[in-house]
Amino acid sequence: MAQDPNEKLQETHLRQTHEGHGAKMVPFAGWYMPVQYKGLKEEHQAVREGVGLFDVSHMGEIRVKGPKSLETLQWITTNDVSKLKAGDAQYSLFPNEDGGIVDDLFIYCMVPGDDYLLCVNASNADKDFAYVVRNNRGAEVVNESSQWSQIAIQGPKAIELLKRTFGDEAGVVPRNGHREFLFNGSTTILARTGYTGEDGAEVFVRNEQAAALWQTLIQKGQDLGVQPIGLGARDTLRTEMKYSLYGNEIDDTTNPYEAGLGWVVKPAAKDFIGKAKIVAAKEKGLKQKLVGLVLEDRGIPRQGFTVHSGPDSFDTNKIGRVTSGTLSPSTGQPIGIAYIDAAYADIGTTVYLDIRGRGAKARVVATPFVQTELTKK
Amino acid sequence: MSTTYALPEDFYYTKDHEWAQVDENIVTIGVTEFAQEQLGEVVYVELPEEGQKVNQGESFGVVESVKAASDLYAPVSGTVIEVNTALLEDPGSLNDDPMNNGWLIRIEMDTEKELANLMRVPDYRKLITEKK
Repeated sequence: MAQDPNEKLQETHLRQTHEGHGAKMVPFAGWYMPVQYKGLKEEHQAVREGVGLFDVSHMGEIRVKGPKSLETLQWITTNDVSKLKAGDAQYSLFPNEDGGIVDDLFIYCMVPGDDYLLCVNASNADKDFAYVVRNNRGAEVVNESSQWSQIAIQGPKAIELLKRTFGDEAGVVPRNGHREFLFNGSTTILARTGYTGEDGAEVFVRNEQAAALWQTLIQKGQDLGVQPIGLGARDTLRTEMKYSLYGNEIDDTTNPYEAGLGWVVKPAAKDFIGKAKIVAAKEKGLKQKLVGLVLEDRGIPRQGFTVHSGPDSFDTNKIGRVTSGTLSPSTGQPIGIAYIDAAYADIGTTVYLDIRGRGAKARVVATPFVQTELTKK
Repeated sequence: MSTTYALPEDFYYTKDHEWAQVDENIVTIGVTEFAQEQLGEVVYVELPEEGQKVNQGESFGVVESVKAASDLYAPVSGTVIEVNTALLEDPGSLNDDPMNNGWLIRIEMDTEKELANLMRVPDYRKLITEKK
């Protein structure tokens, strides 16, 4: 993300808490955020094996209310919002007029047909709010980003920690559901969602209670090995799951079907912005697909590397591009996510990455790259 | 985060945080403690092969953490005579001892005139103090 050096970075209400943990802080999407604490690999493993806490207060929140809220959301998102009952959460997309993606988001249904909370990416929060306002069909739209902090609690021991903090009821919130809980008398929204592939929750908490909630989670999770987790491990965790990151896998020009997000596009259920173009691209046949790659030669796939059908003559055989890549902390393998021509997208296909002029052999593999308790279910 | 770095007085330094130890016309090249701290845990190193030419200021290899790749730039021009193959097997040793066992390559320098383009300790210390 390009950073304007003169831009004043926003700070979350947990900044001092992070500094107390010894975090390395960096600019990210206009915010001053912790990229790592003890070390990326250790933090990554803590989430895969125990429980980790993430400050995700930089995420944006938009409230859509009133009798026109459902009609508005049906028009501006791709998934079917009419299916949502109170307490449901739904992954979705904001489509644009050209059939691309403005952002990906979660919709939390408070009152069906009357009250929804949208959670969007920090890097797109202002763009998204303008988009909702511009395409509003009569709902009351409020940017609540400055009112909420957000803490993600993720890992196989996350539910135990949530029960200790909010009571046993926290353990019965269904996957992709949410419930309100009181913390120090203040309303919090506990959503059984996440971006790591592990069980856990994302908790929306009022700013003034954010630091107290964080400290409580740290204290009650001592014997569970709870650790604060930076943006570095957040990225490797989601990459192992092949979850999309806006700006890497998806952007204003991405067709949702090519991105493997057809499961949140419901053209039969409703009309929405850009629908004809999104569907036409699918009916013509997808030109490229988003796949997982494992590198078999030395090296690490990185965003922007080109993918080729052969190990040399790269100006004649380009078939795709890498959107994200890392050395998987869980498996030790170099893994990548890439768009490649549909003809080469079958699992097991051998392709080559142009790594600084060298043809590095890679194989298309099934994803997620790592199986967790959650993905096995 | 540590605030003092081992900076041997007789080494040369680049603005890209490589060090060069000169022994007549043989130059050992590595990255500084400041660089390893900025990189985080190193998981992959790509180095040239023996006999390959490197040019001052140009990339001769890559060092990667889980998160990102960073180019390595040659402090001086010359021909590679030795590569730290142990580092290729155990990239993490670069974090443990960047100024010594974590060296990258040894080259035979073309001309010592290029050393004039490099920094000595006072200037390099100033550079990393300003960066922090």
